[in-house]
Amino acid sequence: MRYLPKSPADRRAMLNSIGVRSIDDLFAPIPAEYRLNRDLKVPRQMAEAEIVEWFRERSRENGADYPATFLGAGAYYHYRPVIIDAMVSRGEFFTAYTPYQAEVSQGTLQAIFEFQTMISELTGMEVANASMYDGSTAATEAVMMAARLSRRRSVVVARSVHPEYREVLATYAAHQNMPLVTLPYAESGQLNHKDLERAITEETACVLIQSPNFFGTLEDVAAVAELAHRKGALLVVAIAEAVSLGILEPPRQADIVALEAQSLGVPLGFGGPYCGVIATRIEYVRQMPGRLVGQTTDRKGKRGFVLTLATREQHIRREKATSNICTNQALMALMATVFMTVYGKTGLEELAKQNLAKAAYAAEQFGKHAKVLFQNAPRFHEFVVETSEDPRAINNRMLGHKIVGGLPLKKFYPELGNAALWCCTEMTTRTAIDTAGGFIAESERSLKSAPETDAEEVAR
Amino acid sequence: MKHPTPKATRHVSQNEGLIFEKSSPGKMAWKLPPLDVPEVDAQRLLGASRRKDLGNMPEVSEIEIIRHFTRLSTWNYAIDLGMYPLGSCTMKYNPRVNEVVARLDGLANGHPYQPEKVSQGALRILKTLSECLLEITGMEAITLQPAAGAHGELTGLLMVRAHHQTKGDPRKKILIPDSAHGTNPATAATVGYAVENLKSNAQGMVDVAALSAQMNEEVAALMLTNPNTLGIFEQEIHKIADIMHAKGGLLYMDGANMNALVGKVRPGDFGVDLMHLNLHKTFSTPHGGGGPGSGPVAVKQFLEPFLPRPVVITKPDGTLGFDYDRPRSVGRVRAFYGNFGMFVRALAYIFANGPDGLRQTTEDAVLNANYIRKGLEGAYDLPYPTPSMHEVVFSDKLQAKQGVRTMDIAKRLIDYGFHPYTTAFPLIVPGALMIEPSESEPKEELDLFIEAMGSIAEEVEEDPAMVLSAPHTTRVSRLDEVAAARNPVLRWKPKS
Repeated sequence: MRYLPKSPADRRAMLNSIGVRSIDDLFAPIPAEYRLNRDLKVPRQMAEAEIVEWFRERSRENGADYPATFLGAGAYYHYRPVIIDAMVSRGEFFTAYTPYQAEVSQGTLQAIFEFQTMISELTGMEVANASMYDGSTAATEAVMMAARLSRRRSVVVARSVHPEYREVLATYAAHQNMPLVTLPYAESGQLNHKDLERAITEETACVLIQSPNFFGTLEDVAAVAELAHRKGALLVVAIAEAVSLGILEPPRQADIVALEAQSLGVPLGFGGPYCGVIATRIEYVRQMPGRLVGQTTDRKGKRGFVLTLATREQHIRREKATSNICTNQALMALMATVFMTVYGKTGLEELAKQNLAKAAYAAEQFGKHAKVLFQNAPRFHEFVVETSEDPRAINNRMLGHKIVGGLPLKKFYPELGNAALWCCTEMTTRTAIDTAGGFIAESERSLKSAPETDAEEVAR
Repeated sequence: MKHPTPKATRHVSQNEGLIFEKSSPGKMAWKLPPLDVPEVDAQRLLGASRRKDLGNMPEVSEIEIIRHFTRLSTWNYAIDLGMYPLGSCTMKYNPRVNEVVARLDGLANGHPYQPEKVSQGALRILKTLSECLLEITGMEAITLQPAAGAHGELTGLLMVRAHHQTKGDPRKKILIPDSAHGTNPATAATVGYAVENLKSNAQGMVDVAALSAQMNEEVAALMLTNPNTLGIFEQEIHKIADIMHAKGGLLYMDGANMNALVGKVRPGDFGVDLMHLNLHKTFSTPHGGGGPGSGPVAVKQFLEPFLPRPVVITKPDGTLGFDYDRPRSVGRVRAFYGNFGMFVRALAYIFANGPDGLRQTTEDAVLNANYIRKGLEGAYDLPYPTPSMHEVVFSDKLQAKQGVRTMDIAKRLIDYGFHPYTTAFPLIVPGALMIEPSESEPKEELDLFIEAMGSIAEEVEEDPAMVLSAPHTTRVSRLDEVAAARNPVLRWKPKS
């Protein structure tokens, strides 16, 4: 086997040195009746060329030549500068372990310190951790952190938070004795502040909103913060689209920000691995979950970095830890660090501006033929379009032209009927927008003469 | 150095400041294509939400970025440089073909919500990996959704809770051996269980009599690592399972040490009800400096209804799809389907090995650990002489007489060109040296390691002060962790 660096002679010599006759002697502790005396039924050993070909075939079956086009909803297709992979493919980064041994891990540690700094700058918070699994678990852990900080249990959640984030929160909350109150969205797509005011009580640990929210609409973070803080509750803001922060004022009034940093140079990868991160105020840092890198000095006074405040973590505190998280998403955080460095202070703004412009153009084009919902609030690069026809049928026709249409929302929001969530990034061309606009126009024109046909075929 | 080592030689490495310290206005590393739609007035569209300033984000050029991260990288130890003997971490070779296939266009750029008919490739990967992992573990159903081992533990305990609740018997406690990894008790607490410690016996195994006495109808499950963190196979595993099952409890196996078992024995065959795997340990996906991981949970059929949503199914027309209609599911533990990129890599690893390669891998991992054990016996105290599987745990008892502890020996090992082993864990061994070589080490590297450890044992006797101040050859000497925690500096700020 080509990954195993031993000759038969090596193995014999080692067995002799140990003082056993055969390898089976070393497995003697396993009771004989449980030992597997046959080959595992897994595919036979394959050559490298065969492995590459097998996965190429899977890649082709997975729309290799279809760009994501108009899908967003928590996973965004942005250009990834080539130097990201050049850097993370260095074995010194990707084949290294968690940097517990600081003297031989300064590269990883300094890179994480830079990540923490950039995320703090981007989110307008004072401190950020070294990463969480993804945006959904970051949001959930942020809510649990808010419960510890406020010593309250109840949570108010906007229904415009990503539905899958809310599902994850519900899974955890069910076992944390944390009741969830879910609030509807208003006609603007934003949280209704009157509803919110009524929902927050003296028992409310925190309010969880997302901005831009699942519909792409910006929430009024300052107003929500004011309502939460008035009753002693904290505000947790989830951000699924980190690129938006290039042009959007960060939620400075929030107490905790739960960010999905996938947009910052992490591939779509069919949903993972991504890069969650929690940022907060420095006064709350001791209740923050996850690893943290801090600056210190060595015995000669030289600057260096270490993992710090470990008394929050499971390997020290066991069942009293702030979270059970151990492994995080370090390599994805490195991708994000390189991405943020490439675009930097000026590029992040220009990138976000292009996203804004593309979506504004697309919404205008689609709006000529169909109804764009939630018009009365500002948005970033996603918007909801309601068509007369089931959007799955329209999408199915577009797929024939290798365009993936917006996400039909019926599955998550049955009341939105034939609405779909469309996303444009800097990767979305005007040609694709015009073509998609043509399909929507065609659908609206021909609906009366051509009844719904093949919607089921594309149903998820 | 008193004993020169053939493994490593000092050489110059580049100094490098923080990226922010190289930044100056006007430098850039980006260029966007011309905008092909009309420009917009961001201020008009966004109003008060229009950001004024991106603060201290860096402004540097491309060559500076390449040099910056390349220089940083050279300050790391890595598997690609040499043996990484961290116990319980299974630092094995990360095959390069894994990285190539994970970056194929349709896989790297696949959107999680793209229609199922253009997701057949990804679904096939999920299904094939699931089938392989079920065969390897001897289990009957699986979820790939958890993002890491601890996340898998959480998913597993959620299913344990759902199982008991369905029977109208919500239980309160989880039993955890005193040798367990810290994530086990932390996970139990997250799922709302009380944790009860289970003492190990003199052989370093579960004390079956004590388990029998502690087991009652309040206990939901036992979380057991097998082989345990001492590298010892729980020989009475069948009795342990029987004791749990007799009182309606479940046996959860932490699969962190599955590298000792693949192809030789299957947890599903020895009474385990559910378990997680760490793809970043056993199945060669890279540790990446701390992540990403991936922690699939495999279960027996009676737990299948509780698996997180969604699960992969074969539809009547033969194509694959996701089934969300799972009324008894514990819910979701993560958005989308898990760390898919790691599934691609793990499956590529299984393909590269086949049944014969997987078995040989396990045998070599156990052979390597026992070779090290033999090589260091005498020089270091072996608190539990019970046979070792894939890792061996020594203690610093002999060296402590000179005031030298396990962390000091570990730091000195760096000067010999090795990454330290795992220190001070498991908790039941005071001053533990936990060593796991994995199968990826040739005999020559193991011999160098044994030689280095032997040499350090001599240095402890001859010049303990020198060992206490190690490492002597790194860019930075020992760092002040107390100051870092007392006065946390967690981000860079410009000098005011």
